[in-house]
Amino acid sequence: MSKHKRASKLFESSLVREALKQSVSKLNPRKMVHNPVMFTVEIGTFIMAAVCIWIMAGEKSQGSLGYNFAIFIILLLTLLFANFAEALAEARGKAQAQSLRKTREETHAKLIQPVGEIFVNEVKVVPSSKLRKNDVFLCESGDIIPMDGEIIEGIATIDESAITGESAPVIRESGGDKSSVTGGTKVLSDKIKVRVTTEPGESFLDKMIALVEGASRQKTPNEIALTILLATFTLIFIIVCVTLKPFADYANTPITIAAFVSLFVCLIPTTIGGLLSAIGIAGMDRALRANVITKSGKAVETAGDLDTLLLDKTGTITIGNRKATNFWPATGVDANVFIEACVLASLADETPEGKSIVELGQVKGIKAPVMKKEAVTYVQFTAETRSSGIDLDGQKIRKGAYDAIRNIVIRGGKNFPPATEERVNLISSNGGTPLVVSQNDQVLGVIELQDIIKPGIHERFERLRKMGVKTVMVTGDNRLTAKYIAEKAGVDDFIAEARPEDKMNYIRHEQQNGKLVAMMGDGTNDAPALAQADVGVAMNSGTQAAKEAGNMVDLDNDPTKLIEVVEIGKQLLMTRGTLTTFSIANDVAKYFAIVPALFIASIPSLQALNVMNLHSPESAILSAVVFNAIIIPLLIPLALKGVSYKPIGAKALLRRNLFIYGLGGIIIPFFGIKLIDLIVTMFIA
Amino acid sequence: MNTEILGVLVTLLLCFLLAYPLGKYIANVFLGKPTFTDFMLPLERFIYRVSGIDPKKGMDWKQFLKAMLTINMLWFVYAFLLLCFQGSLPLNPDGNANQSPDLAFNTAISFLVNCNLQHYSGESGLSYFTQLFVITFLQFVTAATGIACLVALFNGFKEKTTNNLGNFWVYLVQSTTRILLPLSIVVAVILAFNGTPASFDGKDSILTLQGDSVQVSRGPAAGMIAIKQLGTNGGGWFGVNSAHPLENPNYLTNIVEIISIVVIPIALVFSLGFYLQRRKLARVIFAVMTVMFIAFCTINIYYEMKGNPAIDKMGIAQNGSMEGKEVRLGAAATALWSVATTSTSNGSVNGMHDSLTPMSGAVIILDMMINALYGGVGVGLLNYFIFLMIAVFISGLMVGRTPEFLGHKVEAREVKITALVTLLSAFLIKGGTALAAYFYAHHPEMAWAVQPGNWLNNPSYHGFTEMLYEFTSANANNGSGFEGLADNNIFWNVSTGIVLILARYLPIIGPIAIVGLLAKKKYVPDSAGTLEVDSYTFGLMTIAVIIIINALSYFPALALGPIAEFFNQ
Repeated sequence: MSKHKRASKLFESSLVREALKQSVSKLNPRKMVHNPVMFTVEIGTFIMAAVCIWIMAGEKSQGSLGYNFAIFIILLLTLLFANFAEALAEARGKAQAQSLRKTREETHAKLIQPVGEIFVNEVKVVPSSKLRKNDVFLCESGDIIPMDGEIIEGIATIDESAITGESAPVIRESGGDKSSVTGGTKVLSDKIKVRVTTEPGESFLDKMIALVEGASRQKTPNEIALTILLATFTLIFIIVCVTLKPFADYANTPITIAAFVSLFVCLIPTTIGGLLSAIGIAGMDRALRANVITKSGKAVETAGDLDTLLLDKTGTITIGNRKATNFWPATGVDANVFIEACVLASLADETPEGKSIVELGQVKGIKAPVMKKEAVTYVQFTAETRSSGIDLDGQKIRKGAYDAIRNIVIRGGKNFPPATEERVNLISSNGGTPLVVSQNDQVLGVIELQDIIKPGIHERFERLRKMGVKTVMVTGDNRLTAKYIAEKAGVDDFIAEARPEDKMNYIRHEQQNGKLVAMMGDGTNDAPALAQADVGVAMNSGTQAAKEAGNMVDLDNDPTKLIEVVEIGKQLLMTRGTLTTFSIANDVAKYFAIVPALFIASIPSLQALNVMNLHSPESAILSAVVFNAIIIPLLIPLALKGVSYKPIGAKALLRRNLFIYGLGGIIIPFFGIKLIDLIVTMFIA
Repeated sequence: MNTEILGVLVTLLLCFLLAYPLGKYIANVFLGKPTFTDFMLPLERFIYRVSGIDPKKGMDWKQFLKAMLTINMLWFVYAFLLLCFQGSLPLNPDGNANQSPDLAFNTAISFLVNCNLQHYSGESGLSYFTQLFVITFLQFVTAATGIACLVALFNGFKEKTTNNLGNFWVYLVQSTTRILLPLSIVVAVILAFNGTPASFDGKDSILTLQGDSVQVSRGPAAGMIAIKQLGTNGGGWFGVNSAHPLENPNYLTNIVEIISIVVIPIALVFSLGFYLQRRKLARVIFAVMTVMFIAFCTINIYYEMKGNPAIDKMGIAQNGSMEGKEVRLGAAATALWSVATTSTSNGSVNGMHDSLTPMSGAVIILDMMINALYGGVGVGLLNYFIFLMIAVFISGLMVGRTPEFLGHKVEAREVKITALVTLLSAFLIKGGTALAAYFYAHHPEMAWAVQPGNWLNNPSYHGFTEMLYEFTSANANNGSGFEGLADNNIFWNVSTGIVLILARYLPIIGPIAIVGLLAKKKYVPDSAGTLEVDSYTFGLMTIAVIIIINALSYFPALALGPIAEFFNQ
């Protein structure tokens, strides 16, 4: 299945158009005030507009109208660029969510009315929008499920490809942990009764869209802290610019308003200030692209901090279920005879293990013989006998766990062969499950079932370890088997013979030690642990309770998704940190551009600081402001895609980012401003 | 090798060698481990009993700060009253008069904040009684206050989660009895044997070579000079501070006094390592401070030894720029002192800073703006902690985690306090200088005792530097002056007085509050993804943060003052 099938181009034209429109309407100061850095830029823009009018009215001391107007336009562009970044991130997130929501457009719903017009429990066809929470509707094969809900009666195969992209149908039934159905998916067979679990407009997707749109978007704790830091820098530069006026008076240097405003706007961290909210939205959007719905921006942020991941063995670390890997005949038993017996005993066994025995038998060249139905009695597995098998021509072939078969054998007055007993122990200690097969109370041999560890999972755990994330495998297996698989897969710890409360206890224990824990779950009995975990990812197929308890919902029901979620969180935080560094480092070059320009008239010797050899004071100031403006759109792709995360350890990561964004942030603007100055000079001259 | 430079190297080497064991000793004192000064215990117990202190009682950060601020207020009242009435008090052989209330106010504040912005001359402005029981007393206890507050910071990171930052009173007493007092005695003895006066006799009179009779001030100076250096206070016994031949008689005492300036601040960095058992962290902090300190020294020594280009132009040979320097000490030793004293908020001088070449002037101003390269006793590391918080916040994000420091998450509240303290310096220095520049430029005729137009000895860039220096020095609680500024008048007394108080207490309250908040939080153990604050990469980040924040805040001011002067010479 392709995970990023919905990945769209960064600058899709329809999104860009929408974003452009939005970036103008976001100029409204009432919206702007939430971003202190950009709000001060807006004030600067207003001041420049006033200065332009003042000059038109005849003021002579502030330089030419063209120059002042140019500064005004560039400041306006700076604002629009920043708004555009945010708007584009919003538009992308919204488009992403809409594409999921489209699947649940108006359909017909077969509402079951407890008291109908004619009958009790009368079925009436209504538009899906009329459904309310706790209504019950009926879905038969071929119907589109009109609304998210929980199956209260029946079982059905459902095509969920509209949501997950996975074409194979899935089975959903009432009662268990797989009772949730999603609006927009299609029932392929059978009939189910579903209770609506959300009011219209309140599904997770609706909430997510609201989060992205900004209406209910709240700043995350780290975003707030960073905003405070950026506001501090802004205040420092207010002090710098305000005090510059008396300093300049002392030095008998007139400084134009345009120069003051330009210096200020260049120095404050507009780059990160303009991109900050876009980075946050893009984080949620990236999660959505990985088919994970986040209920808050904070959850994504927390994901970057996770210390411990609780992973279910089945489906995450191993592929589905155990498979037969070997037949071990007892001493004196012919291999082919034994394998045939195994295949016969498993013919009626519909479990994946049973099927795999038949498959392995075929591989070994033993086909199931054609049998007359009347001569055969299948013996089903029961909790009492803990074995299953077949009665054929007076032969009783039984297959079951070691102690179950042992009981049968001993009751039949036979001995359990020691060689086989040894084999049984060996298989157990290698992480396998032994199934013993007997014929007429005589042990024939052992079938070895093994968990198949997912290819590549070892590398992923290695990657997580380098990130500093501990992985814990949760399994119902016994300690011995669990230990073997844990070692083979490379997880750091495991919980064997796990009951739901064990997960909860483990999470509590880790949290008491100050660790942040994530887990994935689907069942109602997972709900408390999902709520307790710092990041709880519920599978979309899971129960409503599980989905309510977690703070993320995975549409793909893919347990490995946790790993991706961690990386998305780290990317989000790193993008913030690196762009802050870059933004502040940029100021060095801007100082070297503007300060000599301010004092060229009164202190010509300060031209020694004009290391970029910029053409004139006006061109120097214009170049700095232009650079300051265009760096924002240039960094939009980085802000939206996120800085790539490499699990190379914190120290190396810091060194790398410090080098690229710190040193790069100091050097790049020197060249950028010089280049712009050359271009600007061509127009002036 | 040039003997002057050799002298500098020997001084620095000695200093580092002494600081390491001293740091270990200080950590042991506060950890309550047995030390050779345990004979002080009965005295300490006596003090606790008399003052009704329960030495075992811990304090949370609010109680700790309350205790600190309360005793500071008492000291202020005490100092103010004694200065006002010193004329009628004993130990006044020269018959010096009472200080006027406004001068007494200024002096009391100045020494209360461990600064030495002296608007009087020690010889005539103070009696022996006030020198000893006001000035010297405050030099001890304010330095001890700094150390006590630093130990509170240590305690915040000692336990995984704690409310207890220790007992302020105990740390205050122990800082005095175990650290400042013993070291002062050693230094005072060395000084006394080298000719610094230590008597209660009044002025002596000598006959000069010209045949004039000259009155020479004396007094119990050696002890006071020892603590003014060790406690990073800097207020001299004599008006010209350690440039005075009796305050700093020879090269040996000069070495001793320079070491005394920086040895405790450096030792406290090592103490952090021993106290928290994070020696690598201490090493990285020491490296960061030392790299910048040595860089500053190198620049100053280079420019001071190079001499004044104006004199070169006249074709006159010179052995370094000797204007305002003592011949017995030389250009290099004075340059080293200038960096040491500005790094540590000490403020004592052995040569006139006004006469330094422009680039050296820029360096020492920048040094005071940073005010955390070793820094004042105790408070230096508290200042450094603020830069550390900013570095932690940004680099924490850069490694893909929400920022944390030594296992505690740094969140909005801590950032807010960090922001306030960072803003404060920029606001006080630039705001003050701007105010002065404004009066000078727009109201030179103001009807003050000294009209703003007459404030500056040197107009132009150098005059600007003088004003910038005065506020920077006040903000750093440094106290040294770029003399040539007429600072004993209402504008400067009041404005620098306000700056002194704010710049002393807020940068102590801020870090202690942050530590108190952090210490209460749940402890987050380290993992492979955690930012390593004890790595040299992070050290580099800290240097970058220190330079960038200060450069960004002060570049225009420095450009208009010393840098413009430098390019114009």
